[in-house]
Amino acid sequence: MRYLAQEAEHNPLLPIWQEVVVGLIAFGLLCFVLMKYVFPRMEETYRQRVEAIEGGIKKAEDAQAEANRMLEQYRQQLTEARGEAARIRDEARAEAIASRDEILARTAEERDRIIASGREQLTQERETLVRQLRGEMGALAVDLSSRIVGESLADEARRSGTVDRFLAELEAEPATGAR
Amino acid sequence: MTGEVIVRAAEIPFPPSVEDFFPPSLIEGTGPWLTKFTLLLWVAVALIIIFFAVAYRDPKLVPSRLQWMAESVYGFARDNIAKDMIGPEGLRFAPYLATLFCFILVNNLFGIVPGIQISPNSHIAFPAILAVISWVLFVSVGIRHFGFVPYFKKSLILPAPWFIQPLLIPIEFVSTFLVRPFTLAVRLFANMFAGHVILLVFTLGGFALLNADALLAPVSVLSWVLAILLTGLEALVALLQAFIFTVLTSSYVQGALAEEH
Repeated sequence: MRYLAQEAEHNPLLPIWQEVVVGLIAFGLLCFVLMKYVFPRMEETYRQRVEAIEGGIKKAEDAQAEANRMLEQYRQQLTEARGEAARIRDEARAEAIASRDEILARTAEERDRIIASGREQLTQERETLVRQLRGEMGALAVDLSSRIVGESLADEARRSGTVDRFLAELEAEPATGAR
Repeated sequence: MTGEVIVRAAEIPFPPSVEDFFPPSLIEGTGPWLTKFTLLLWVAVALIIIFFAVAYRDPKLVPSRLQWMAESVYGFARDNIAKDMIGPEGLRFAPYLATLFCFILVNNLFGIVPGIQISPNSHIAFPAILAVISWVLFVSVGIRHFGFVPYFKKSLILPAPWFIQPLLIPIEFVSTFLVRPFTLAVRLFANMFAGHVILLVFTLGGFALLNADALLAPVSVLSWVLAILLTGLEALVALLQAFIFTVLTSSYVQGALAEEH
C-alpha cells in the first residue's frame, strides 16, 4: 500500500525538474572547463608534437639537400680546377716553346754575329798581312836584285851561295818575324 | 516462523521497487535539489575536472603517464569517434564529444562502485538533458550547414515517388526529430536503471533467501556470486552505453552534415 502510493508519486520516466536544472548546470560547467581549457590545450600539444616530428624530418631533409648542394658545388669546383690546371699547363707549355724559340733565335743571331765579326777580323788580318807581305816582298825583291847585281860579276859560286844564304835568311825570318 | 520471515523480509525490502531509485534528500528540506543523485553528479564533474587539471597541468611533447592517459581519453573521442564517424570536419565536435563521453562514463561507473552502486543516469533527467543537447546540436549543425528550409527538405523528403511522400514525410519527421532524442535518453536511462535493478535483485535476493530458510544459504551465496559477476557485466555496460551515446550523437551530426540522405 505504501509502495503503491509512492510509485504513483515517482514515475521513473518523468524527469524531476530540479535535477534537470542541476544536471544542466553541472554538465554546462564540465563542458565549459573541458572545452575551453583542457581539450584546446591537447589539440595544441598534438599540433606541437606533429610540428616537432615534421620539423625533425624537415630538418633532416634540409641537411640532406644542403649536403647534396655542397657535393655538387665541390664537383663543380673540382671540374673548374681541373680545367684551370689544364689551361695553366697548356700556357706553360706554350710559354716554354716560345722562350726556347726565342733563346734559339737569340743564340743563332749571336752565332751569326760572332762568325761575321770573326770573318771580318780574318779579312782585315789577311789584308794587313798581304799589305805587309807586299811591302816586304818589294823590299826583299829590291834587296835581292841589288845583291844579285852586285855579286854576279864577282863570283858565280858566291852568287849561288848568296842565293842560298838569302833563302836561308828567308826561312829563318818567318820564325822570328811572324806575327 | 512465517511471521518472523515477514518481519525480517520487511527489513530487507524485496523485491526492489522504483522507490529504491528515489532516496530521501541528504539534508532535510532540500528536496530533490540535494540527493545522492545530484551529489554524485557534482562528484563526477569534480573528478573529471580534477583528473584533467592534474594530468594536463604541465603538458609535455613527450607525455608523462598521466598526461598520456588524459590524451588517450580525448584521442579516443577525437580520432575514433569524431574523425571516424563525421570525417575531418568532425574534429571541431571532438571536445564536446569527449566531454560527453567522460561525463556519461564516470556517471555510469558510479553504478558499480562499492558503497555508491547507483548511477545518476538511472534518473531520466540526466540522460534527457544530454539527449536534448545532442538533438539541438545535430539540428543546429544541419540548419547552419544547409539553411533552415533546405535542411528540413533534405531530412524529410527522400528520393521516392510523389504519392509515397505523404507517408514518408511524417515517418521521417518522427524518426529523425522525435524518436532520436527519446531513444538516446531512454537507452541510457534504461540500461543504468535495469543494471541497478539486477544488482539489487541478486544482492537483496541473497538476503531474502537466507532469511526465508537457512537451507537456502548456498543459493543465496550463489546469488551474491552472480551479483559480483554481474557487476563486471555492468562495468562493460557502463562503458558501452557511454560509447553508444557518443557515437550516436556524432552519427546524427554526420547525418545532418551529409549531402545526400
